[in-house]
Amino acid sequence: MRLLTHNMLSSNIKGVANGFPLKIEVVTVVEKEVEFNIEFLKKMFSKVEWKALAEASRTMGYTELPENADASMLDSDDFLHKFHHALLELHLEEGALVCPETGRKFPVNKGVPNMLLHEDEV
Amino acid sequence: MHSRTAKIALVSSHPEVYEPCDDSFALVDALLADRTNLLQHHPSICMEIGCGSGYVITSLAVMLGHEGFVPYYIATDINRHAIRATRETMDAHGVYTELVNTDITSGLEKRLAGSVDVLVVNPPYVPTPEDEVGCEGITSAWAGGENGRSVIDKILPAADTLLSEKGWLYMVTLTANNPSEICLEMRKKGYASRIILQRSTEEESLHIIKFWRDSDSELELNNLNYWTKLVMN
Repeated sequence: MRLLTHNMLSSNIKGVANGFPLKIEVVTVVEKEVEFNIEFLKKMFSKVEWKALAEASRTMGYTELPENADASMLDSDDFLHKFHHALLELHLEEGALVCPETGRKFPVNKGVPNMLLHEDEV
Repeated sequence: MHSRTAKIALVSSHPEVYEPCDDSFALVDALLADRTNLLQHHPSICMEIGCGSGYVITSLAVMLGHEGFVPYYIATDINRHAIRATRETMDAHGVYTELVNTDITSGLEKRLAGSVDVLVVNPPYVPTPEDEVGCEGITSAWAGGENGRSVIDKILPAADTLLSEKGWLYMVTLTANNPSEICLEMRKKGYASRIILQRSTEEESLHIIKFWRDSDSELELNNLNYWTKLVMN
């Protein structure tokens, strides 16, 4: 699971008001090279919640992202490459996503988050 | 010539996963017929709800190409075997999609709202007893409850939430699902629709419908006339 997907997921448990961002529990991280595309990054920048991405990438052991970011930084090649790496190339292979409100863990196995709820959570 | 869809021989199979069948082929043929528009549409985010074997989302990724600007592909399925099959099918074709094991789009609706440019759905549309809907394994691939609408009626509001301003939805329906009513429901949400492919097999009559946000009513009228004719005949 890429951090882009982590950035698009929130806890779906009934009654949870603040389900984003999910905390990451890391067991295994893998890196997979992805072709660099500025246009795609620029489009995604507007959709990404920056603080959640920066925090998630730190949890995954990548500390190069700045705490805050704004659109003017998209002119920097260095920034774009770091953003690219954090967003697309770091994969949570094994671990869990933890609901920030209830502590409920959503397992991630073989890179796939399991967001299925139990009957009493729907 | 380069293949423009997923190759059947490379599609992963599992006893608990729906194999590509007439409905899957109809959906992929419809996407292929609309390929030029899809390329011009230049989608950033493409999604499939209920990816099954992975045949459809893989075909979409193959036909849109995997060089240069590659959209973010994300697919969901309630069945974990289907998720694994999709991964294998994608790998076999050298394309990539993010996968989430979830019910429809649960967990994705808040953050992906208004972002999906292309959404493809081959829903469980077969009319069945209501208690078969959402069962484990392969049953979830086809059991659609009353008139085959139980899951479709949950997917439509989710699609409305997820689609971007320029978003397109491609969905498979069966005559028994009452597609004209589906189009009207979507009309109320501000969508125009068009049947882009119709195919009758020995067992069923399939329609692939494309929806997009539009206030223009001309196409809607054409569509209503079409359905009226269909019902009258």
